[in-house]
Amino acid sequence: MDIINIIFYDTLKIFALITPVLITVALIVWLDRRVWGLVQLRRGPNVVGPFGLFQSLADALKFIFKEVIIPAGANKIIFILAPIVTMSLALLAWAVIPFSETLFVSNINVGILYLFAVSSLGVYGIIMAGWASNSKYPFLGALRSAAQMVSYEVSIGFIIVTVLLCVGSLNLVDIVLAQKNVWFAIPLFPMFVIFFISSLAETNRPPFDLPEAEAELVAGYQTEYSGMMYALFWLGEYANILLMCAMGSILFLGGWLSPINIAPFNLIPEPIWLIIKILFLFLIFALIKAIVPRYRYDQLMRLGWKVFLPVSLVWVILTSGFLLYFDLLPT
Amino acid sequence: MLAHSIVFYFFSLITIFSSIMVISSKNTIHAVFFLILDFVSISCLFIMLGAEFLGMITLIVYVGAVAVLFLFVVMMININFSELKSGFLNYLPFGSLIGLVILLELFIMVGAWKYKDNFLTTGEIVINKEITNTQSIGNVIYTDYIHYFQISGIILLVAMIGAILLTFQKRDFLKRQNIIQQVSRERSDSVSVVKVETYKGIKIDD
Repeated sequence: MDIINIIFYDTLKIFALITPVLITVALIVWLDRRVWGLVQLRRGPNVVGPFGLFQSLADALKFIFKEVIIPAGANKIIFILAPIVTMSLALLAWAVIPFSETLFVSNINVGILYLFAVSSLGVYGIIMAGWASNSKYPFLGALRSAAQMVSYEVSIGFIIVTVLLCVGSLNLVDIVLAQKNVWFAIPLFPMFVIFFISSLAETNRPPFDLPEAEAELVAGYQTEYSGMMYALFWLGEYANILLMCAMGSILFLGGWLSPINIAPFNLIPEPIWLIIKILFLFLIFALIKAIVPRYRYDQLMRLGWKVFLPVSLVWVILTSGFLLYFDLLPT
Repeated sequence: MLAHSIVFYFFSLITIFSSIMVISSKNTIHAVFFLILDFVSISCLFIMLGAEFLGMITLIVYVGAVAVLFLFVVMMININFSELKSGFLNYLPFGSLIGLVILLELFIMVGAWKYKDNFLTTGEIVINKEITNTQSIGNVIYTDYIHYFQISGIILLVAMIGAILLTFQKRDFLKRQNIIQQVSRERSDSVSVVKVETYKGIKIDD
C-alpha cells in the first residue's frame, strides 16, 4: 500500500508542476510574438481572447486537426521519436528546479549536473529529426545544430564550475542559499553575460538560430514535419528556453530569493520571485530575437571556441585563485 | 527493496538488450542509437547503485558529447555492409582470440572479487557514508591518486593536440576574416569623396 501511496503522491506532484509549465510555455509563445510585434511597430497577435492571450490555444487546436505527413523516404520510427524526445527532455529537467527551499519535485545531490546532462541531451531530438527526414535541408540543419550545441556546452560547463567553486555543493537549493548575501550575477558578472549568450546558442534562438535559418535552409530540421509533430518541436523549444532562463536565474539571480530582504519585497511569496526572474530573462530573450541580426556560421563557431571558451577558462582559474588566496573556499 | 530490485533488473535488461542490438542491428545509425540507449541505461544503473555523480558524468560525457560526435561520423560516412561482411572469415581467428582474452580477464576479476577478499586493494578505502559521493570521489582522486589523475589528463591532452595536428593543414588560398583589422578600418582608408565635373568625368588610379 505504501508504494501505491508514494506513486500516487508523486504523480500528483509531477502533474502540479507540468501543467503550469505547459501553460507558461503557451503564454510565453504569445509573449514572444507580442514583443516581436511591438518592437517592429506591429500589433502582434491580439485577436483571440483578451490581448490575444489565447492565441497559442487557437494555434494548438489548428495543429491538432492538421494531417501528420510522414515522408516516404523517412525512417519512420526515428522520425516519430524525434519530437517526442525533444519535448520530454525539455519537461524532464523541471523535476529538479527548486521554487523555494521546500517546494520542488525532487532535491538531488547532483542537481546541477542533472540539469546540464538533460540540456546536453536536447541535441538528440534535433539530430534524429534531421537524419530521419532523409532530406538535405533537415540534415544540414541538424549538423549545424549539433556542432553549435556541443561547442557552447563546453563554455556553459566552465561557467557552472565557477559558480560551483563559490558554492561548494552541486545541490540547487544550496546554490540558491549561497546567494543570500549577494547574487552571483554581481561578482561573476562576465560569467553571467557569457552564460546568457551561450544559452541563446544552446536553445537555437536568434541571433544563433542557424539550424533553422529560413533564408538558407527552409526551416532546418523541422522542414519535413507537420501538424502536431511540428507543434511538439515548437513546444519543446520554448520549454527549453524557459528552462535555460530558470537555470540562469538559479545560478546567477538568486533563484527564489527576493532582491532585498525588507518589507514589501520579502512579503511576496518565494515562487513568485523565481517566476518574475524567469520572465525577466525571457523578455530579454524576446527582445534580442527582435533586435539582433543573425550571425554567420563561422562567426558563431569563432565566438564559441575562440572567445567564450578561453574567457571562461581563465575566469575559472581566477576565481579559484582568488578564493584560495583569501581563504574563502567553501568547505 | 522489492521495487528497487525490480527497477534495477529492468534497467539491466535494457542494458543487455541494447548491447546485443548494437552489434547485431543491420543499420549503423540504429546501432549508434542503441549504443546511446546503452549508455543511458548504464548511467541509470549507476544511480540505482547510489553512485549518482558517476551516473551524471556518464550521461554528460558519453551521451552528451562522445556519442554525438560518434553519430556525426557514422551519419557522414556511407558504410557498405556487403563490403564489411566480406572479410568475416579472415578476421574470425583474431577476433575470437581477443574475445577469449577479454572473457578470461572478466572471469579472473569476478572470481577474485567474489572469492578472495584480499586480492583487490579497494578494501583499504574507507567509505564515509556521511558525505555525498561527489565529495568522497574528490577526496580519493585528489589525494591518493592525484598522480594517476594528472597523468591521464596529460594523456588526453596529448591525444587532443595530436588529433588537431593531424587534421591541420595550412591553406593559403583561403580568405580569412581578421576581426581586428576589420573593426579598426577607418572611413578614410577606403572611401574618398570626389567632386566630378560635368562632361569631364574622372580618372581613378588604383
